[in-house]
Amino acid sequence: MSPLTTTIVGIVTILNVLACGWLIWWTARREPGEVAEGDVKSHVWDGDLRERNNPMPRWWLILFFLTIVFAFAYFLLYPGIIRGTLGWTEDRQYQDEMRHAQAQYAPMYAAFAGRSIAELARDPKALALGRSLFANTCTNCHGSDARGAPGFPDLTDNDWLYGGTPDDIVRSITYGREGVMPALGPALGEQGVEEVIAYVRSLSGHPEPAEKVAAGQARFVICAACHGPDGKGNPAIGSKNLTDDLWLYGGSEATLRKTLMDGRHGRMPAHQWLGEDKIRLLAAYVYSLSQPQPQPQPQQ
Amino acid sequence: MRHDVVERKLGVLIILIVLVISVGGFVEVIPLATSAAAKQGAVHITPRTPLEQAGFDIYEREGCYLCHSQQIRPFRSETERYGPYSVAAESQYDHPFQWGSKRTGPDLARVGGRYSDDWHRLHLRNPRNVVPESNMPGFPWLFETKLDGELLQRKLRVLRILGTPYTDADIAAAPAAVADKTEADALIAYLQSLGLARPRG
Repeated sequence: MSPLTTTIVGIVTILNVLACGWLIWWTARREPGEVAEGDVKSHVWDGDLRERNNPMPRWWLILFFLTIVFAFAYFLLYPGIIRGTLGWTEDRQYQDEMRHAQAQYAPMYAAFAGRSIAELARDPKALALGRSLFANTCTNCHGSDARGAPGFPDLTDNDWLYGGTPDDIVRSITYGREGVMPALGPALGEQGVEEVIAYVRSLSGHPEPAEKVAAGQARFVICAACHGPDGKGNPAIGSKNLTDDLWLYGGSEATLRKTLMDGRHGRMPAHQWLGEDKIRLLAAYVYSLSQPQPQPQPQQ
Repeated sequence: MRHDVVERKLGVLIILIVLVISVGGFVEVIPLATSAAAKQGAVHITPRTPLEQAGFDIYEREGCYLCHSQQIRPFRSETERYGPYSVAAESQYDHPFQWGSKRTGPDLARVGGRYSDDWHRLHLRNPRNVVPESNMPGFPWLFETKLDGELLQRKLRVLRILGTPYTDADIAAAPAAVADKTEADALIAYLQSLGLARPRG
């Protein structure tokens, strides 16, 4: 705010408060020649309405003047006309709140620092925190049960697009992932798409006509560039393993037709803003979902 | 007592009321409106692309602001969930602003980049597709209506009068930029642009 604006606004504000004070003082003052308190005044309103000369109660007037005192105290203490002697700003209040929270929660996260994610994935306390982080951050796409939805990977099945080691999971959460399958309709033609569908479905044990499968296998060279000659996918680029009958978008003929004709573009957003502490707890929770359940510790 | 002077003379009463309200408006509005710092601050705000602006208009038309706010307040409980708190500069090209006043759904001030375009497509068609417990209505018709590039061009000209710095080239290129795009494409482009001036982390 420019100094000129500040000055004008300050003067207008103070004058306004003083004017309100003057107005109430001036109108509440007794006038010479007015009728005694409680008596009926001479003016008649609307032909039959009369008014008694009742002043405003003293306690009310005092309260009014107190609000004016309050206003000047406020001008002095808080920013507005001057910077304010308390040094309060909205941002500083926010920073204080953040610092307070940091002091409160840092020990909680410190207890998990320096331990491997595989180890955290067996720690019920870490998993409880990871679960609530997951509920806040991940459920809108992966679902509250982490089983995903068409186009959004199931995190419980130990089938991974980009690898399922703790490090891979941390990388996926931190930097996000972007998977692109190009539209192959123009390259394959309608007939070719049908043949490739038959071959791809046969890879995961679906019964398909042998001649279509054979024709599809011949065309699969295009697909092999990303999915590998055996169709097992490549975690380096996030291409799906086509042989395990687990599907990202669905394995029906109609869905596969759409996938092949139009291509697919999946994107997991980056979550670097969560910070390392939270990302490690989240990764531990996600990692635990596809691990065998922890065995109860034997009694000592 | 002389309160009669104010009560019985209507003209005086009106003048005093206007005066008091003007002073309130003046000291609240003028400092922010004239302040260069409030307009730019530490963030660099660029005008929306034509497609994003078309999405903004759909956001307003469909009444999204009735359930979604676009103002993250400076409290930890809000910034932990939504990202850095909102500053005045971020809504300088919103005509009208979309701050909203009710959160039946979450705040959207920093929803840009939070979800993929695919997610938004599924979610706008029917939110239960991806969030089973959602009570947001679906907006399937947005996928069927194409944008009107010529109308958008006229809107951009009006926005330029209101102060958004669109160039002649921007306005001339608008119809080509939204050709064959649906309303859903525009709305998703707008949502993905929200809050990027002050990103998280």
